[in-house]
Amino acid sequence: MSGHDHHHHHDHEHDNHFTPIEARVKALESLMVEKGYVDPSALDAIIDTYETKIGPRNGARVVAKAWSDPAYAARLKADGTAAVAELGYGGRGGEHIVACFNTPEEHNLIVCTLCSCYPWPVLGLPPVWYKSPPYRSKAVIDPRGTLADFGVTLPEGQRIRVWDSTAETRFIVVPMRPAGTEGWSEDELASIVSRDSMIGVGLPSPEDRS
Amino acid sequence: MNSAHDLGGQMGFGPVVPEKDEPIFHADWEKKVLAINVAAGAMGAWTIDGIRHARESLPPAQYLSSSYYQIWLAALDKMLVEQGFLSKDELASGVAGSTRREPKRVLKGEEVPTVLRRGFPYEREAPAPARFKVGDTVRTIVMHPQHHTRLPRYARGKQGVIELVTGCHVFPDTGAHGAPETAQWLYTVVFTGPELWGRDADPTTTVSIEAWESYLEPA
Repeated sequence: MSGHDHHHHHDHEHDNHFTPIEARVKALESLMVEKGYVDPSALDAIIDTYETKIGPRNGARVVAKAWSDPAYAARLKADGTAAVAELGYGGRGGEHIVACFNTPEEHNLIVCTLCSCYPWPVLGLPPVWYKSPPYRSKAVIDPRGTLADFGVTLPEGQRIRVWDSTAETRFIVVPMRPAGTEGWSEDELASIVSRDSMIGVGLPSPEDRS
Repeated sequence: MNSAHDLGGQMGFGPVVPEKDEPIFHADWEKKVLAINVAAGAMGAWTIDGIRHARESLPPAQYLSSSYYQIWLAALDKMLVEQGFLSKDELASGVAGSTRREPKRVLKGEEVPTVLRRGFPYEREAPAPARFKVGDTVRTIVMHPQHHTRLPRYARGKQGVIELVTGCHVFPDTGAHGAPETAQWLYTVVFTGPELWGRDADPTTTVSIEAWESYLEPA
């Protein structure tokens, strides 16, 4: 992999240093910048946003607050978009958010069978498996088998509800607060809320506390 | 269109294999594809469904053998050429020629936080009252259009129940192809496993889709 290069040049697409796809992307970037279609500082700002500012820690804070504050949980259930905005989250790739609360009777699982829709403002960019054919094909026809691929087995009798993200609504799973977390602060609670548990392919465990 | 992207219920791809401690990006070029994709979209020449259509109309073999950032790159190249911003020769050579189209806007670095935080909401003023209400039983239509649609194949011609009236949202099927924006009521529709997958399916699972009003008929 080449070193990170924030500047643009016009000659390095022929540099043997680059793999074919690196050269292709460099060429595209150079053309877009040279023709004035994109501002290089915007590219840097976009990358910085998704590398350092937006990620699953945002969603974990939402879940931890819902676990700690029943009034917030009620607002999150009634209007996910407004409730995550209370914590400062929202926008591109998550303009309309619905929170799906797990219950002892029903477990929720999020997928986008048609592309890669994912709640960016609360979970960041999706992992490769979420965008790949095995997950997108299997989650709707065999959700229990899909969970088994992640080592997750649900209790006998718990139903599964799969949410296929076919519009601009984005879903986030609110897992059940595990036993053994009584008296924990919101920070401690947030530390056990994994990305996978907010997609529905994982379950939080008190042993993950940090 | 019935292309390779419409994956729900297909078989043979093997188990899901999560990567332990997966990095946000696997290479620097992926970062650039993400950023150029977002910034190019902000030029305002196409809709989110327009670029989705560019991805899903890639040849099926290419779609299924590409990583998602490779799919994004291929679709972006195609869209930029189709829309007159770049030429194929320019993309192949990396050398700028005379091809040029004036973008409606160029996203500036200092605007990025505000623009990303605001996003692009898809809810619109409703032209008419919603046809269906929560609890109604509906059936999805059967169609196999050549154009973009967000009604997946596995959920066509199926009976379900309206669980939520989401709002009146921008309609993707026409907007993807440059038609003036229209909006329709959008619903969360829930189907049982056996309704979608037959009598051997797990009866303790349900699947919902988000369906625009014209995808639905009363059942």
